[in-house]
Amino acid sequence: MITHPLVRAVRTGVSSLLLHKLRSLLTTLGVLFGTSSVIAMLAIGEGASYEAQEQIKLLGSQNVILSSVKPPEDPNQGSQQIRVMSYGLTDEDFARVTETFPAVVRTVPVREIQNEVRYRDRALNARVLATTPEYQDVTGRLVWEGRFLTEQDQLSLNNVCVLGTEVARYFFPLKPAVGKKIKVGGDYFTVVGTLAPRMPTADNPAPADADVTGEVFLPFETAKKWYGVLQVRQRAGSRDMTEVELHEMIIEVDRAENVELVADGARQMLSQFHTSRDYEVLVPLELLARAEATKRIFNIVLGSIAGISLLVGGIGIMNVMLATVTERTREIGIRRALGAKRRHIITQFLVETVVLSVGGGLLGVALGLLIPLLVERFAEMRTIVTPTAPMLAFGISAGVGVIFGLYPAWRAAGMDPVEALRHE
Amino acid sequence: MNAPLGAAGPGDAVADLAAVSRLYHMGTDEVRALDGLDFCVRRGEYWSVMGPSGSGKSTLLNVMGCLDRPTSGTYRLVGYDVNDLDDDELSGLRSIKLGFIFQSYNLIPQLNVLENIMVPLFYQDSPPAAGEETARRLAARMGLADRLGHKPTELSGGQQQRVAIARALVNDPELILADEATGNLDSRTAEEILALFDELSREGKTIVFVTHESLVSDRASHVLRMRDGRAEEVVVQREVNGVRP
Repeated sequence: MITHPLVRAVRTGVSSLLLHKLRSLLTTLGVLFGTSSVIAMLAIGEGASYEAQEQIKLLGSQNVILSSVKPPEDPNQGSQQIRVMSYGLTDEDFARVTETFPAVVRTVPVREIQNEVRYRDRALNARVLATTPEYQDVTGRLVWEGRFLTEQDQLSLNNVCVLGTEVARYFFPLKPAVGKKIKVGGDYFTVVGTLAPRMPTADNPAPADADVTGEVFLPFETAKKWYGVLQVRQRAGSRDMTEVELHEMIIEVDRAENVELVADGARQMLSQFHTSRDYEVLVPLELLARAEATKRIFNIVLGSIAGISLLVGGIGIMNVMLATVTERTREIGIRRALGAKRRHIITQFLVETVVLSVGGGLLGVALGLLIPLLVERFAEMRTIVTPTAPMLAFGISAGVGVIFGLYPAWRAAGMDPVEALRHE
Repeated sequence: MNAPLGAAGPGDAVADLAAVSRLYHMGTDEVRALDGLDFCVRRGEYWSVMGPSGSGKSTLLNVMGCLDRPTSGTYRLVGYDVNDLDDDELSGLRSIKLGFIFQSYNLIPQLNVLENIMVPLFYQDSPPAAGEETARRLAARMGLADRLGHKPTELSGGQQQRVAIARALVNDPELILADEATGNLDSRTAEEILALFDELSREGKTIVFVTHESLVSDRASHVLRMRDGRAEEVVVQREVNGVRP
């Protein structure tokens, strides 16, 4: 039985390469590092952009978020004085935005109350947010237990609250939270529901310390009744009073195409009614687009680096193969004398180059899959290995072998058999 | 079978050179390695080609082996005019019709004995199904049956030349070309190798053996003495196939 020529070519190629193990290994290093860096960098880039996109998506891609920003303090004012800082979005802004733009489906007001949350002897610095029932729909949060705030809560000024996952886990790690009473500042609120985690994952451990920011949701109107708009913070020697009517305003737009329009309109409107820039317009969709653009640039840069390293690796392989061809001139002569056609010689050396580069590529894929694991473990960065990345890297390394193997193989095949046989 | 092309019957011309010249250009000088040589090798003949160095022996062998083409004149190998054939076709002819035996054995170092013997078959367009059988049989005949897995470097010079002879026979060639095949061997081993050639000749193989040793030429049926690219003398030492000179 005569084996298939290609099988034989691969076998001969491997055994020729094994004659010079160290040289072959060193030659493959270029391609090895090239492919592994392609895979590792793509995985890290993919992971980073995934995280960014997830965070942006949480804000809602059809939303425009207006938020109050504390303007820079006036240095002329003495710090000992009792004063009231008044800034930010107002109820009037809210009404204007809601009524002006036809593309706006609904608007959700959010007020943040600076108060400690307590349950019996445990305290937590949670974000206490006063908002309306629509908040749940607009932000796409899911109820885990019980219910979210309702219209009835607003109308009856019920003393109820909904807890975010972290708060619920902190106060009630083992038993249901619904029905319990927690204390926000000086007032008691009955828990009517808890929310599901934002990203429902198993590896989201319960917070062990009180510093973690959880969320507690109160009915907007109830909070207004109990806490008002003036917030007082006592400090040594001074009292800070801030007056903020609305901390945040989430605008839901009917279609993604109109997001830009509403955002621009809101910017213009706010700039007319506010003397200082005490507000901020956040458009998740724009952030998403920016993140995509960043990712594209990142990919191009990574691609170029990888491309250059593969190019260098390829040149290294070509260099070694040219030396090999010269070294094996006599063998080429013998093979030609025994009946090898030019294409047989081309195949032989091309296969040998491809074996080299694919060998390096395979090792590179292995290393490239290992690096993201290590990065995830030790740098605690998220990495994503898409199935296309190893295949791409492997395909490129094989391609490098063919491209950089062609010239040496062509040189080998072009030799004059008589000259080649005479070669010492 | 007496096909007009490709297979030569008894007494037919296997290799036929008519007014073959081969010119080389060395700088401005023109060297006539072969100068209008007429030479015909018939089936079953055992030719010894002799001559001083520079007489054109190697060039003759290269032309006869289809490794080189005549500058002028015609060379027919088993009826094929090499001037009509392209590089691939000449390669094909070498893999089917010719067997080469070199002075320095010219085995391929990374292949083992069996693979080395089979190399000519690898390059045939339709290799015989029983190729490996043939190779093993030839190896056994050369006393290499227990060396099939060895690499050439693990063999003695005599053994390497036996591998080369087996390789030259594996494709059952029409013409065996030997170039100083005993040049690198001690006299005892050379004697063994020459005995093998005698055996092949008795079996009817056509052999052209380039040498400068009279020890070799004494055994041949015909001797061609060359000088300056021409046939200086042709000696018929014994009859072959009942054909008289």
